[in-house]
Amino acid sequence: MARGVLIIDRNRCKGCELCISVCPVKILSLDYENANIKGYQPMKILSPEKCIGCCNCAVICPDQVIEIMKGDTNHG
Amino acid sequence: MTDFLFQKTNGLTDKQTHYCPGCTHGIIHRLVAEVLEDLNVVEETIAIASVGCSVLSYEYFNTDSIQASHGRAPAVATGIKRVFPNQIVFTYQGDGDLASIGLAEIIAAAGRGENITVIFVNNAIYGMTGGQMAPTSLVGQKTSTSPLGRNPLLAGMPLKMCEIMSQIPSVEYVSRVSTHSPLAIRQAKVAIKKAFENQRANRGFSFVEILSSCNIGWGLPPVEALKWIESRMISYYPLGVYKDGKDLE
Ligand SMILES: Cc1ncc(C[n+]2csc(CCOP(=O)(O)OP(=O)(O)O)c2C)c(N)n1
Ligand code: SF4
Ligand code: SF4
Repeated sequence: MARGVLIIDRNRCKGCELCISVCPVKILSLDYENANIKGYQPMKILSPEKCIGCCNCAVICPDQVIEIMKGDTNHG
Repeated sequence: MTDFLFQKTNGLTDKQTHYCPGCTHGIIHRLVAEVLEDLNVVEETIAIASVGCSVLSYEYFNTDSIQASHGRAPAVATGIKRVFPNQIVFTYQGDGDLASIGLAEIIAAAGRGENITVIFVNNAIYGMTGGQMAPTSLVGQKTSTSPLGRNPLLAGMPLKMCEIMSQIPSVEYVSRVSTHSPLAIRQAKVAIKKAFENQRANRGFSFVEILSSCNIGWGLPPVEALKWIESRMISYYPLGVYKDGKDLE
């Protein structure tokens, strides 16, 4: 079960990949199929259930794209 | 509130920044804003924006702001703080602004021990104007005005501002931090918080240098630029607290 639940403000994203590079469980990627309103391929989460809620992605994002809700803290 | 592990700070406006993708100015803005929120002083803070990529930072900080002319932010901050001693006043300056055209103002404000906080963003280049060599550009670093790399015989060695500032007796606090990893960013926030707490407690002049990336100016993808901070900048600009407490007679 996910310990963190990402809320992604897609249209703020600039596709810089910093979040992707620091996720310890490697569940983030760019969305290569779609562009956001600014024309960037925005970040998307591949396996939300694997998030450990470390907040690394939100801490390194320069563009306030990511907020993280508490997930299930009893598992995993 | 408690349902969040990470929430946007109200120290920033909702405005989307003009910064290039992956530019760490955005991270540093957030850290400053989070600290102001944590200390509950967003409403009583006056930001002094400088000239450089962060010239528009007054659009992003949810504080009152003034945009100073190039290098003069510490002089403007001095005036504001002396007129409004109960407000929190900080400057946000790049290395071109602070370590080149603004050297006289930063040294003079430090010499007087003004009770202000200085956020010094060292990205080893002039970002806004197209990547020219800064006083802080590293030896061998290629920039648009040093296409063969900085030559110390022509341009001298890069200025180490923390080392300089920590020699000034009336300075209270000097620290150098970085933005190259989540851990470094969390540590940077601790130093920024200390610098604002000092001002609130009237302890005096606090200076935080933050190693920052300019991936476009350096010609590197954003993730590589953070590695360049770690592998190249930190060895010349060691991290740590350089001064904690004035030298008084
Ligand atoms: C009096 C004056 N001289 C020169 C300039 C041109 N200028 C604008 S920004 C800048 C340097 C900014 O570099 P830095 O402070 O390192 O900030 P960065 O853009 O890298 O964040 C210069 C020289 C100016 N605006 N005003
Ligand atoms: S909170 Fe941590 S584990 Fe979850 S997506 Fe972000 S970096 Fe990955
Ligand atoms: S760090 Fe932020 S702006 Fe960059 S790709 Fe990730 S979510 Fe997008």
